[in-house]
Amino acid sequence: MSADAHHHPAPLAPVEARVAAIEAVLTEQGLVDRAALDEVVRHFEDDLSPRNGAKVIARAWTDPAYKARLLDDATAAIAELGYGGPEGGHMVVVENTPTVHNLVVCTLCSCYPWPVLGLPPAWYKAPAYRARAVREPRVLLAELGTRIADDVEIRVWDSSAEVRYLVLPERPAGTEGRTEDELAALVTRDAMIGVERR
Amino acid sequence: MSDTFTGTVAVMAGAEALPRANGEFVFDAPWQGQAVALAVTVVDRLGLDWDEFRRRLIAAIADDPDRAYYDSWAAALEALVVDCGLADDAALRAAAPTERAAP
Repeated sequence: MSADAHHHPAPLAPVEARVAAIEAVLTEQGLVDRAALDEVVRHFEDDLSPRNGAKVIARAWTDPAYKARLLDDATAAIAELGYGGPEGGHMVVVENTPTVHNLVVCTLCSCYPWPVLGLPPAWYKAPAYRARAVREPRVLLAELGTRIADDVEIRVWDSSAEVRYLVLPERPAGTEGRTEDELAALVTRDAMIGVERR
Repeated sequence: MSDTFTGTVAVMAGAEALPRANGEFVFDAPWQGQAVALAVTVVDRLGLDWDEFRRRLIAAIADDPDRAYYDSWAAALEALVVDCGLADDAALRAAAPTERAAP
């Protein structure tokens, strides 16, 4: 950046200035403050999204000892990274392999590990998903665009208030040398539920 | 502010649903996140129902369907703040910055 550009920052878009004005007026009234607003943004970005789960998966892909702990006691291993709480208690991680694909459902209601996956997608709660994931998982997955080869066993895990499952997908081929952050960006929510496999 | 409340915000469906990529909320610029936080905080602090904001957001999108999502969000936020008597146009004009604050 040139010295000239430094002294002449890009002008604010009208909408950006208006939002800043709203924040200034409400701050003046003591209704809001910047730290609390930042915390709300962080909450939306981190707690209500599958980002934490993706970090868990990326750590397991890069650290064999962590992966072993994750498969042995997922709740404790996930807590190592700072994630947990009532909705994330009693976690069990199930590992995909070349011959096994895992799929998570909650047939009773919509139990879901919020602290690692954020909010459940709408279809997760749909009666059709809940029933068909158990009855005909291979057909259901194919309809969702995920074809599981006939020689790959599909294991369906029924989450409940007592046990919440998280799928550990296989690390994609050709990702040697990638950093943990780069790997986390490859982990999708759907892969951690098991409706995606790649 | 309870997780149940922010959960209500996060699970809005339809045209007013918060944009996501891979299940994550995506803010392309800091002001978009601030606009979300302001709406959530105002509704929470005034003890309003989230629907008070949601119906203004739906109206703002219907007003100008081609406008970017967070521009509609900002319009709905302004409508809420003005309707609740927290600010008026003159106060917002006076408070509008001309430069981006240091991060």
